[in-house]
Amino acid sequence: MSIAGHYSYFVTILLLMVGLFIVIARSNLIKKLVGLGLFQTAVYLLYIAPGKLIGGVAPIIGEGFEVYSNPLPHVLILTAIVVGVATLALGLALVVRIKEAYGSIEEEEILALDADDELKARDPS
Amino acid sequence: MLNSHLPILLVVVPLLAAPLIVLLRRSLPSWIVATAASVATLAIALPLLQQAVSEGVISYAIGNWPPPLGIEYRVDAANAFVAVIVSLIGVFVMPYCRRGVAAEVRSEEHYLFYAMMMLCLSGLLGILLTGDAFNLFVFLEISSLATYVLIAMGRDRRALVASYQYLLMGTIGATLYVIGIGLLYLQTGTLNLADMAARLPAMGDPRATLAALAFITVGISLKIALFPLHLWLPNAYAYSPSAVSAFLAATATKVSIYVLMRYFFTIFGETVVFDARYTGVILLALSLAAMFVPAVVAIFQTDLKRLLAYSSVSQIGYITLGISLHSVGGLTAALAHLFNHALTKGGMFLVLGGIVLRLGGSALDRMAGLGRTMPIAAFAFVIGGLSLIGIPGTAGFVSKWYLVTAAMAEGQWWLAGAVMLSSLLAVIYVWRFVEIAYFREPPDDHPPSGEAPLSLLVPALLMIAACVWFGLDASWSGSMARAAAEALAGGWK
Repeated sequence: MSIAGHYSYFVTILLLMVGLFIVIARSNLIKKLVGLGLFQTAVYLLYIAPGKLIGGVAPIIGEGFEVYSNPLPHVLILTAIVVGVATLALGLALVVRIKEAYGSIEEEEILALDADDELKARDPS
Repeated sequence: MLNSHLPILLVVVPLLAAPLIVLLRRSLPSWIVATAASVATLAIALPLLQQAVSEGVISYAIGNWPPPLGIEYRVDAANAFVAVIVSLIGVFVMPYCRRGVAAEVRSEEHYLFYAMMMLCLSGLLGILLTGDAFNLFVFLEISSLATYVLIAMGRDRRALVASYQYLLMGTIGATLYVIGIGLLYLQTGTLNLADMAARLPAMGDPRATLAALAFITVGISLKIALFPLHLWLPNAYAYSPSAVSAFLAATATKVSIYVLMRYFFTIFGETVVFDARYTGVILLALSLAAMFVPAVVAIFQTDLKRLLAYSSVSQIGYITLGISLHSVGGLTAALAHLFNHALTKGGMFLVLGGIVLRLGGSALDRMAGLGRTMPIAAFAFVIGGLSLIGIPGTAGFVSKWYLVTAAMAEGQWWLAGAVMLSSLLAVIYVWRFVEIAYFREPPDDHPPSGEAPLSLLVPALLMIAACVWFGLDASWSGSMARAAAEALAGGWK
């Protein structure tokens, strides 16, 4: 149970936190999506790293194959990657529509525009 | 023969309807297919519930691969009951969509709207039925992605931002859930929920289980919109098309609540979740905060749709309060409120959709004199409001009664007082509508008197009528909630 033995977990947590920080701290909508992508990708590592044994091969019954890696996490993450790509595509499509509607992809500017609209709606004069 | 395939059919029917709709492309045929598919899901869900209540757990091996290696659908009274709720709401909302969507969504996007509704329905039903932790995640994302698109279809440009915010928070929630099940998989070596539940007690109570519990709870709570993780919800409900608000308010958060219950009571078990640590106390505190804070915020809203959205966050507090009591009585109350609140809030959003169509907006000021210009809609809205408050004779009363009884059975008398106080806050926000609609003169530029089109009014009135029906005769909903609660607490034996 050494730090080196848990190397992949430390990297996972570092990536998770970096991703989450970007989502929270950046106001640019595209950068937020980059952070979200990083956050999701870190989880792929969490699954795949424990499934791999050093020297392990695909689970094929036959001579010369003795140490097997677990293929299930890889398959799961293949699904998760598809989900991640779909989410990212939808997110980017939304950003395109937001840019068309507001003329900006900075969160602060968009919120300011919304606040303006609300003031106008309350007091038309 | 067909009877044994009911679990998979429930998910596959709407899933196949979606691509079919995309191929049809025309608005009317798309609507017909979507409506037929939602009626079919209800026709499947009802016998499934019957079967689950009378025969116990139904296990269905997908593609005949035996569990735990293959993916299993596992149906008991609990998820069959929630599946009935979801498909019932689908049947109410779909007929409404014809006119409602024509008014709110661009005509070239109609078929996409119906396709997304079908995907969302299929995803929600999949979450309910599946007995596989990772399969649950995939269905969660199917329904969530469809939901983001549906919200973005709202007319207002703020719908886009609301959808984007929900996309961020929803994805973070789903990812946290994946981390949780990853940790569980590393420990138990299985993804089958029943298998996992059987293997977990032998693991003792290591820190990894605790971490998994924490990740899953927080992740799913984001989808539930449990206070204070509700920030995505008000805008998402306020700016999406009315039919979508009604459908989401009645189903999406409820399905996530079921997932949380399933993990708490069946997978981790009461001893790990409640007896060994303070989960119950934390959940109780958050539920109480949810009952009060968003209710107060609702009082100060100037937009009726946002008001209802905040009221939803507050009502979710009652449901999680039932969970935090961790008794069969508390679970019964939670499940009964899940059903009753779905009918109430769904019905209110549908009525409001008709009002918005006539008035062109959902700002409270525009509702002035509504009691005279749209008497039926205004009256139906008030009945829904009474159910939110929990006046005897409405569905809301029944579940609050269960909740108070369950709290007293646990010796928590003060909780009964808290439920009362929070209901008083509901009185205030419902009264704001009554005051404006009945005691103010209609504005000079108000549109001519008249009700919303019948195709909008009838489904909405039916839902509000159901709300009164289940308030007067709670024997069906009560006994089903009871059976569901016992199934959850009893585990998958």
